[in-house]
Amino acid sequence: MKCRDVVELMTEYLEGTLSSTDRARFEEHIAGCDGCTAYLEQLRATRRVLGKLADEPIPEPVKSELLKAFKNWKSR
Amino acid sequence: MARTIIDPELEALKAGDEVAFEAIITRYHGPLMRLAMAYVRDHGVAEDVVQETWLTCLRTLDRFEGRSSLKTWIFGILMNVARARRRKESRILPFASLFRRDDSDSRRPTVDPHRFGSNGLWTTPPDSWSNMPEATVMSREALDRVKVAIEALPEKQREIVILRDIAGMDSDEVCELLAISATNQRVRLHRGRAAVRRMLEEYLQ
Repeated sequence: MKCRDVVELMTEYLEGTLSSTDRARFEEHIAGCDGCTAYLEQLRATRRVLGKLADEPIPEPVKSELLKAFKNWKSR
Repeated sequence: MARTIIDPELEALKAGDEVAFEAIITRYHGPLMRLAMAYVRDHGVAEDVVQETWLTCLRTLDRFEGRSSLKTWIFGILMNVARARRRKESRILPFASLFRRDDSDSRRPTVDPHRFGSNGLWTTPPDSWSNMPEATVMSREALDRVKVAIEALPEKQREIVILRDIAGMDSDEVCELLAISATNQRVRLHRGRAAVRRMLEEYLQ
């Protein structure tokens, strides 16, 4: 496997959808390639940063409005 | 495939448990906002969409039988609300956005081919970020760059990146929600993540 091909298999690797043969070849390549190791690490970091975007707090007025709506719904 | 697993959170909601409701709206606020902004762009409009989503959930909760997960149900409602809202406002959409190139389902390279030699090996390998402080990678500015990168993605990739990596759904849930094949899901995720990585790499260089 060449780096150019390995980078296009990274998502399949992370998803666990590579065949066992491809997975073994992929891991063998990564083990000996700093560039692809760095690329894989960058993709993992990208996912962590994306995950961080979930943290947007709910504004208090929005929350109290919704809680009011829930109480109304409950006592309907 | 119908699922009949009892979801304690859904049961609590149906029973009118306010603590459970508050936990859910708090947990999903960020992901729902990001997904809403995938369709309507404007922050204020996205807030309206999220609010309307919760009100729709309450209106239809009694009829929801838990055939999909609670999460998939909520996100599905948001997508309907957001798309309807966008249709209503489509007259003011910038014309250019209709013609944006969409390579979501293509297999073209996701890494600049010039970074490899004719033998297919790296000539300009990426830097290792493992020595970089996590505070730099996760800085406010990096997060803002990533937001911009997401907004620049073609919609098919944007939806999937948000659902998978921000909302934390698994691939089965996303395939069900968007009614797409596992392969399409994976290819779009691959392209979307690669584009966000490129933006981060530019910023962190």
